[in-house]
Amino acid sequence: MIATAFALGALVVGSIFRLKRPYAEKLMPYESGNPPVGEPRQRFSVKFYIIAMLFVVFDVEAVFLYPWAIVFDKIGLYAFIEMVIFIVILFVGYIYAWKKEAFVWD
Amino acid sequence: MPEFVMPDLAPVMPEIVMTILALVTLIADIIFKRKETLAILSIASVVLVFFVLFGTPFKTTFNGMFIADGYSLFFKLIFLLNVVLTVLISMRYLVIERVNFGEYYSLILFATLGMMLMASAGDLIVLYLGLELMALSTYILAGFITYDMKSNEAAMKYFLLGAFASAFLLYGISMIYGLTGTTDLNAISEYIILNGLTANPVVMLSMILFAVAFSFKIAAVPFHMWAPDAYEGAPTSVTAFMSVGPKAAGFAVLGRVFLIAFGSVRMDWSAVLIPIAILTMGVGNIVALSQTNIKRMLAYSSIAHAGYALLGIIAGTGEGLASVMNYLLIYAFMNIGAFAVIIMLRTEGFKGDTITDYEGLAKSHPLAAALMLVFMFSLTGIPPTAGFMGKLYIFMSAVYAGYTWLVVVAVIFSAISAYFYLRIVMYMYMREPKESVSLAATPALGIALAITAAAVIIIGVLPSAVVSFARAAVAGF
Repeated sequence: MIATAFALGALVVGSIFRLKRPYAEKLMPYESGNPPVGEPRQRFSVKFYIIAMLFVVFDVEAVFLYPWAIVFDKIGLYAFIEMVIFIVILFVGYIYAWKKEAFVWD
Repeated sequence: MPEFVMPDLAPVMPEIVMTILALVTLIADIIFKRKETLAILSIASVVLVFFVLFGTPFKTTFNGMFIADGYSLFFKLIFLLNVVLTVLISMRYLVIERVNFGEYYSLILFATLGMMLMASAGDLIVLYLGLELMALSTYILAGFITYDMKSNEAAMKYFLLGAFASAFLLYGISMIYGLTGTTDLNAISEYIILNGLTANPVVMLSMILFAVAFSFKIAAVPFHMWAPDAYEGAPTSVTAFMSVGPKAAGFAVLGRVFLIAFGSVRMDWSAVLIPIAILTMGVGNIVALSQTNIKRMLAYSSIAHAGYALLGIIAGTGEGLASVMNYLLIYAFMNIGAFAVIIMLRTEGFKGDTITDYEGLAKSHPLAAALMLVFMFSLTGIPPTAGFMGKLYIFMSAVYAGYTWLVVVAVIFSAISAYFYLRIVMYMYMREPKESVSLAATPALGIALAITAAAVIIIGVLPSAVVSFARAAVAGF
């Protein structure tokens, strides 16, 4: 209750008292210091989505590998086999993506 | 840290074999140019899993997360049967729709793997994993005709509402986990009883959230909105697949979660499910009356059938559960049979999915019309077809459980349903054919039709074998 009031209050009070001196550069959307070249909401080629999806798959694999590697000496052979199975399943997907030419840009 | 012990893998064998074979099918798609090979491979896979399934011991493994028992066995049989029949009816159809891609078969196998996990889930996390695997695969299958706007729309609607339902399910899981500190179904039930939480609002809320999520999956009113559009737009073979498989899987988890985890609050969840069941039967049957597209009509009919099957769950007895399982098996036969006839009418340049396309079918193609007649009679519930027996057992179990008034409501709605099923029969037999309709009959389609029609009539005449099998399956529940 108090936290909500505080958060909203800070915004409201700030909007009343702060200085407002807008000029062209300041109103531009911030894009890492570069002047923007166009609308951000344009259509991207579906190729980018495919790359993004493939990235997620292998990213998740890496995320699972790290904690597994850290406790590897405690969890033994069973976990090793489990991880091998996991990687084999991902590898099948990798072969599939490769043969379907998901890695070819054109 | 406790020592890790190797879990017993024997009860999970069917799922392991299924995973391997689904991956093999995925790779085989790259190797074989003829996609019929994949169809045969996927049927062979399912047959192999079928034999593995019967060698599987009834045990619980992975610390109670995975249950192999008669109940899961029966549902897995429905799922495997669903795959065989769907693959048989889709081989030629995919060529006609110009979407003969190999991914179709591996997606069907993965979806079935998800359903098998759901049927065996003894833990809410496994349940969720299986549900997502099934759902994601079916979303893609629904949008399989990539150049067709309707198919895309079907996939999109199914995906958005399905994702919404998954969120409800997760919310329910998190609630019950926050309260009981476990996701194990038996442990949840014990915790609720031991701590006297049968009137706890959190238990009620999470029970309602589960009811919402599962109602989405079985397409029960008021969570049925996606069904007509998804069923109409999706490729017909996929419609057949998803009107049987995911629905049966939804009932499998509904039965397990509500009868085990929420077994102690049975009066409360039947108070939630009774209005859902009445609405489902009512809306499904009444809206189906005005449909002109046969796929859409069967979508509403599928909603209505979910309503009948809910009566068995509401009854809450072993007998009720057995009758639901029996009904879902019968429904698999009669519904896929009806879709097989619809697929047969789909030829190059002819959609064949409006009801008027069936005018005079009995004159031009008497056998196809006769088969459709059998399936329509069965869906209506006219003896001596299986549909009658399925309904009879469900209604009987509900009467024995003291829900006579609910059965009266169900029978009234069932009588209404006769109008739209028999209208097709009337069109086929009592009208003159307007244009010549050719059939895309293939041997595979013939086999599927023969299996379904024979099963519908045999189960209708001799229902005791299936029913006693279902009763035996529930006995170890």
